[in-house]
Amino acid sequence: MSSVLDREIPLSAIEPEHIDGEPERVRHIRSQAAERFNALGWPTTRLEEWKYTSLAALASNDWKFDRKLPNDRTGTSPFGEKAAAELMFVNGMLYANRASLANEHPGIRIVPMREAMDSELFAQHFARYADYEKHAMTALNTALWQDGAYIEIAPGTVVEGFIHICSISGPVKEHPVMTQLRNLIVAGRGSQITVVETFFGAGPYFTNAVTEIVAGEGAVVDHYKYENESLDAFHIGTVQIHQERSSNVTSRTIALGGGLVRNEINAALAGEGASLSMEGIFVLSGRQHVDNHTVIDHVAPHCDSVELFKGVLDENARGIFDGRIIVEPDAVKTNSRQTNKNLLLSETAVIDSKPSLEIHNDDVKCNHGSTIGQLDEEALFYLRSRGIGAEEARNLLVYAFASEIVERMKVPVVRETAAGALFLRMPGRMAEKLGRTEEVIN
Amino acid sequence: MLDIKDLHAGIDGKEILKGLTLHVGTGEVHAIMGPNGSGKSTLANVLAGRPKYEVISGTVTYQGKDLLTLPTEERSREGVFLAMQYPVEIPGVNNIYFLKAALNAVRKHRGEEELDAMEFLQLAREKMKLVELDEAFMSRGVNEGFSGGEKKRNEIFQMAVLDPKLAILDETDSGLDIDALRIVAQGVNALRSEKHSVLVITHYQRLLRYLVPDFVHVLADGRIVKSGGKELAEELEQKGYEWIEEEVAAAR
Ligand SMILES: Nc1ncnc2c1ncn2[C@@H]1O[C@H](COP(=O)(O)OP(=O)(O)OP(=O)(O)O)[C@@H](O)[C@H]1O
Ligand SMILES: [Mg+2]
Repeated sequence: MSSVLDREIPLSAIEPEHIDGEPERVRHIRSQAAERFNALGWPTTRLEEWKYTSLAALASNDWKFDRKLPNDRTGTSPFGEKAAAELMFVNGMLYANRASLANEHPGIRIVPMREAMDSELFAQHFARYADYEKHAMTALNTALWQDGAYIEIAPGTVVEGFIHICSISGPVKEHPVMTQLRNLIVAGRGSQITVVETFFGAGPYFTNAVTEIVAGEGAVVDHYKYENESLDAFHIGTVQIHQERSSNVTSRTIALGGGLVRNEINAALAGEGASLSMEGIFVLSGRQHVDNHTVIDHVAPHCDSVELFKGVLDENARGIFDGRIIVEPDAVKTNSRQTNKNLLLSETAVIDSKPSLEIHNDDVKCNHGSTIGQLDEEALFYLRSRGIGAEEARNLLVYAFASEIVERMKVPVVRETAAGALFLRMPGRMAEKLGRTEEVIN
Repeated sequence: MLDIKDLHAGIDGKEILKGLTLHVGTGEVHAIMGPNGSGKSTLANVLAGRPKYEVISGTVTYQGKDLLTLPTEERSREGVFLAMQYPVEIPGVNNIYFLKAALNAVRKHRGEEELDAMEFLQLAREKMKLVELDEAFMSRGVNEGFSGGEKKRNEIFQMAVLDPKLAILDETDSGLDIDALRIVAQGVNALRSEKHSVLVITHYQRLLRYLVPDFVHVLADGRIVKSGGKELAEELEQKGYEWIEEEVAAAR
């Protein structure tokens, strides 16, 4: 057991939190990352990348690591036994490991990060893509992480079903805790894998998660991030995707919970002919603040990317979509499309939409756009004129807006959970159901 | 069934209905004809409760109830159905899901048991045949990508499923070829009984050949200016509206 448990960690100036017996390279990276965090400091709204989101409330708190279960609760997976393998973390520490069956396959290795540090591919890929030099929150995670999921799929291996990385958080004895989850997914050449990450919990806490995904040549990777944190929680999450030649990655983000959320999804299309579909839906109400920040970096020629983010905002919610597409000088024949659509359900909800393209060569086909609209009054009347109540009509239209993304989700239990949660989160039913995916914690 | 007395109503502060009075008895089919902009759709929309229309004065009694105080969905559940002149497309809301939700809302209101998916599909299939709509339409979004004629047939299909007491058809015949017209008429005639009333708004006598009305009214400048039997429709078709407008002017 690590020495850091049950200890407050002041986050004004941090020390690396080494794990007993970690390899020299990891020790070194942690120390560097801690130094970088201390040098960079907490991001402030003076930074262009953070101009809509202040972390002042987060930075002023002292958070501690703790892997005791949140007050008198036990962790239960929102997906039951449906996942082919599952690692469950409570407050960032391993709580349940249901991967042994999947690990019987010679091409599949699913283990906690703590147990993976000696492997060759870990050494090759860990902390290579999520940039702790420039990004303070990634540096914070890199210096402090205690566990997470390591998934390694051998070349040519097709994993049936999906792998679930489940993060549950919550305060222990009213003490604010933090989750610094760190995951690494390495999909070998021509392999195929679906990974679902879920985040939820109760009460106030702070999640800062980093996931690095490496899609090897020709690999097909489907990644889902299902964020339904407590409304009192801070959630900062970075998914960093690295794509090699002809790989095909689908990234879907569902953001429903959290009081203050920063959701970074970044991808580098580094090998020729790689393709990426990046989709997201965020549904917010109350005083929720969700900042979606995406960067798609076209490094190699002949790559395709399609990005679609949709936001539904009610009451006093604040949403941000800041999406950047970069086409590097060598990335000729790039095909890229970026869209952000938003639905405002109240006059006090606010969305800032900032799609942007940065193109450094002439031989590309790129377009981007964003829309902000209200519910269609004509459609509302039409539904009501057929006997459907005003509230249900509204829910139907909100769902219709979101359905384009939800219905493309290939994992049935994720699709159904998302659809169910969307219905629950809709205006009118919100108060009673806020912030819970299922009865995950009893 | 429906009793409209001295109804004044408008939109965006502009008065369009200027003292309209009309009585529709149970089991009757009434046709309303009239020049463009005379207020036909305004009447239909006021009856259905479309939000942006304002009632200035007058009363509308439907089955003994004050219709104007009921919210839109209540009117529908009470049996008022408007087949719209311009049905809206609602991508993402599945046609069949929508109609099942609508029917069950209506049934619940009537104190009837809600239909499950199987029962509903059976009913829907039967009614689809009536309007000769292909089942493939049902899995699409509401009116999504439907042609004009398909949208109109979908209105009649919905009407057939919901089985309203008072059906109002706002130019459901406009833009339809003769086959589609026959199908629409077929749908309306199937509904027709001594318990159902129909208000057909139309510009053409064509539809009225299939759908013989008990009464024909001319709506001009926000009022019913002339009423008669089915032969009035033929007269209007031949002579246009001018002679009526002149008659009205002369009478002032
Ligand atoms: N938003 C609006 N503001 C002001 N006037 C309007 C508005 N909408 C409609 N009108 C006017 O109201 C009048 C009546 O419109 P209505 O749609 O009831 O006519 P109609 O008899 O159905 O005509 P048509 O045969 O063309 O369908 C028209 O003069 C129209 O221009
Ligand atoms: Mg009209």
